[in-house]
Amino acid sequence: MNGTVISISGATVQLDCPGLRIGDRVQVGRQRLTGEVVRLEGGVATVQVFEENRGLGIGEPAASAGGPLTVQLGPGLLGGVFDGLQRPLQRLFADGGAFIGSGQDAEPLDSRRTWRFTAEVTPGATIAAGQRLGRITEGHIEHPLHAVQGGELETVAGERLCLAEPIAVLKEGCDLFARQLWPVRKARPYRRKLAPATPLITGQRCLDFLFPLVKGGIAIIPGGFGTGKTVLEQSIAKFADVDVVVYVGCGERGNEMAGLLEEFAELEDPRSGRPLMERTIIVANTSNMPVAARESSIFTAVSMAEYYRDMGLDVLFLADSLSRWAEALREISASLEEMPGEDGYPTYLGSRLSGFIERAGVVETLAGEQGSLSMILAVSPPGADFAEPVTQSCLRVAGAFYQLDTELAHRRHFPAINWTHSYSLYQQEALAHFGREHADWPQLQQRCREILQGEGALREIAEVVGMEGLQDRDRLLMRTAEAIRLDFLCQNSFTEDAFAEPAETCAQIRALLAAHDRLLARLEQGDTLSDILQEESHASGRT
Amino acid sequence: MRLAGHNYRTVCSVRGPLLFLDRVFAARLGEQVRIEVPDGRSLNGEVLKIAGDKVLVQVFGDTHGLDTDRTRVSFSDAVMRVPLGAACLGRVFDGSFTPRDGLPMFVPEGWQSMLGAPINPVARAHPVEFIETGFSTIDGLNTLVKGQKLPIFSCAGLPARQLTEQLLRQARLPDGGPFVLIFVALGLPHFEYQFYRETLTAMPGDFVAFVNLADEPVVERLLAPRLGLTVAEDLAFNRGMDVLVVVTDMTNYCDALREIATAREELPGRRGYPGHMYSDLASLYERAGRIHDRPGSVTMLPIVTMPEDDITHPIPDLTGYITEGQIVLSRDLQQKGVYPPVDVLPSLSRLMQHGIGAQHTRADHRDLANRLYRAYAKGRDLRRLEAVVGREGMLAEDRCMLDFADRFERQFVHQGERRRSIDATLDLAARLLDELDRAEDA
Repeated sequence: MNGTVISISGATVQLDCPGLRIGDRVQVGRQRLTGEVVRLEGGVATVQVFEENRGLGIGEPAASAGGPLTVQLGPGLLGGVFDGLQRPLQRLFADGGAFIGSGQDAEPLDSRRTWRFTAEVTPGATIAAGQRLGRITEGHIEHPLHAVQGGELETVAGERLCLAEPIAVLKEGCDLFARQLWPVRKARPYRRKLAPATPLITGQRCLDFLFPLVKGGIAIIPGGFGTGKTVLEQSIAKFADVDVVVYVGCGERGNEMAGLLEEFAELEDPRSGRPLMERTIIVANTSNMPVAARESSIFTAVSMAEYYRDMGLDVLFLADSLSRWAEALREISASLEEMPGEDGYPTYLGSRLSGFIERAGVVETLAGEQGSLSMILAVSPPGADFAEPVTQSCLRVAGAFYQLDTELAHRRHFPAINWTHSYSLYQQEALAHFGREHADWPQLQQRCREILQGEGALREIAEVVGMEGLQDRDRLLMRTAEAIRLDFLCQNSFTEDAFAEPAETCAQIRALLAAHDRLLARLEQGDTLSDILQEESHASGRT
Repeated sequence: MRLAGHNYRTVCSVRGPLLFLDRVFAARLGEQVRIEVPDGRSLNGEVLKIAGDKVLVQVFGDTHGLDTDRTRVSFSDAVMRVPLGAACLGRVFDGSFTPRDGLPMFVPEGWQSMLGAPINPVARAHPVEFIETGFSTIDGLNTLVKGQKLPIFSCAGLPARQLTEQLLRQARLPDGGPFVLIFVALGLPHFEYQFYRETLTAMPGDFVAFVNLADEPVVERLLAPRLGLTVAEDLAFNRGMDVLVVVTDMTNYCDALREIATAREELPGRRGYPGHMYSDLASLYERAGRIHDRPGSVTMLPIVTMPEDDITHPIPDLTGYITEGQIVLSRDLQQKGVYPPVDVLPSLSRLMQHGIGAQHTRADHRDLANRLYRAYAKGRDLRRLEAVVGREGMLAEDRCMLDFADRFERQFVHQGERRRSIDATLDLAARLLDELDRAEDA
């Protein structure tokens, strides 16, 4: 289908091109810019262009790409860095230089790289659609390969295989390949959803201990600027106990992405000892890249995440930040002159968001295995006001809420997770699990909460009567709370402390609370707090 | 493709800085046009929107005298480009690249689109090279590195101007050399222009200035930073220079953006600013950076005056979400006579962690900075308590922290006009912390 450009308003372009469908991918203008059909009226299609379209003229040609916006799925995604349209950024850099121009394109998966293929069928056999043909080994992951079509096998590929070659050829003349195309806006199928049960260890003491996340769960991290969303997300991306991490830099800083790439290239996965990049896929659509591609970036990324989930793996999807995605949606909606809802966001923000977030979960895959897709989504509320629509829409579907606090960040308490307002609805599942390994975990958690809560109340009293006016018991509680805050909840992402195993976490809080109990017992015996503390500082001075 | 420029006299309406034309053949988005006003002047403009043969043009310059009958518009078939060349160094231009220093226009060596293409994140080199600004609060606690974008959040009446001026004089690259400065002034009052002119001529390195004064066309406030950044990218990435871009004042930029967006009948967002302001600001700020295996860098220091001292106002808020930290000036410190009045608690440099330590500054830098922050934050907390219960009602150790907070402000933050080397800053920090330790033991 071919047509012409008849009107241009920013990235919104109208084409006189009958026969297009909603969601179709089109090529616009002489530069063949990628766009997606978002509205049809008569023979006129409104298209959102994903690339900078300055210089595009009226009357230039446009053509349909024949289908919707898709991603390529197959071996070779791991370690890749893509933009919101799954263009491989390393390849673009090698071919086209340091700046990304319009109309630049390259294949997402390297079709010449060879893989080790293990066939599980032989020529002459008759196979059914969906049957397993063999597997390709990518790092620590075995890609199962399934037939898209049934029939009698004419040939089967040998041990060395590149993606351009078919893995098998049917007698009817149909080639079967190791890679496939998937429409990004469609969730990949599974047999059924299961209830999440195992905790996802993030390595962050505050999260694992107070607000645990589970595999297949959804957490949001809202916080004003400078509260450490990105550092927290990146720390989790490094240390989480999952098989595959998909990290989306959605409308964020280029220098941050560069830092992430450099760091991930050097680091090793603390569990497997393999390079961290081998389990990571990065989608980078920085804030100065076209807005429409930012909108599609999270769908591109989640499709890749689901692809690995379907192999029965635990996948973690991190997005920084979902607000930038929502803003992209708002910009597109405004350019289409749709009726705005709250704060100018389109009224379908909530439903679009929950449709996306629901792609997370624990599933029984089509092959009968169990895979999980967990999501940790950063949200950047304007003015750090959590009443805004994006935070509120996320809250409706998210199971854990990690609120980052500007006050804490200002005094360099990182991660700046506010322990009074944050919550996790996965408490029960996680406690059941941790409680099996450390019997006192639930009780320790309860006491830790009480002490932190007690400190909040005492602080208010101290503001009236002064610290001198507090009883020794209360002053001791404030001391312990301070120790919990500074030594336990604070965790420096730039030192070895960046990652803590649950056993260490548990031992540390147990020791802090035991010290508290010891001092409390002495107070009960009639000693004063200042005497005890003086004694202790002398004792530590001697040793 | 058209062979030559097309001329039209089909203006059907003029609204603010916008011109609507009818019956235009094959216009392009972003196409540059020349507008001849009946009174003999001629203006530049750019195509913003096209619907069939109807075209919306944004006019750069004063629209007085435009009419619908005699105004002639010629379409160039080319998008707006910026002239480039080493000859621009030492020159002062206005917001549409016309020399304002009385000298003739230089002969360009090349032309480049004003918008700039995004740097491929894979091509970016992570900024790690320390820049010594000579201010303890910045070098010690909010370290600036090459390729960073670090705004200064000021309030009306605070000495942001002096701070900028001093920074320009003092900033040293890791190798000790000066920067090439791109100075972009937006909506600058005349008296401040005088001040900056003297600063520019006294700079140790080269400069290029783009100045839009307060009474000059608003649209040019949207152009000037883009012109400056395009020149900066050329000097940095094609000619290997280390460029520092100072933009004052981003608040005027955002107000201009709001004014133009309203004229275009765009839906207003928070406080009337357009919904695409985040992306628009990002298209400026994100042009700072370094590129792998290439010399040269673009570092950016935008100045933002926070309306009503409110850091949650959309302008500082969106800026803070894009830039790599912020330096916040405080009215309280200014009233205490502290100069520079930098409030280190809300200030932040996101790239600091990689730009300090043994290879860049000193091995003890990180530790000293962390301890200073903790102690000062605690002292500031206790000040609130002191205001309620009085100094007498407080524990001895808390009184130590209060004293420390005072000393920190008077000795570390306050430094007057003097430049402090990074060593002097860190030695001072170590001394203050030492004194605190001794006071606590006593």
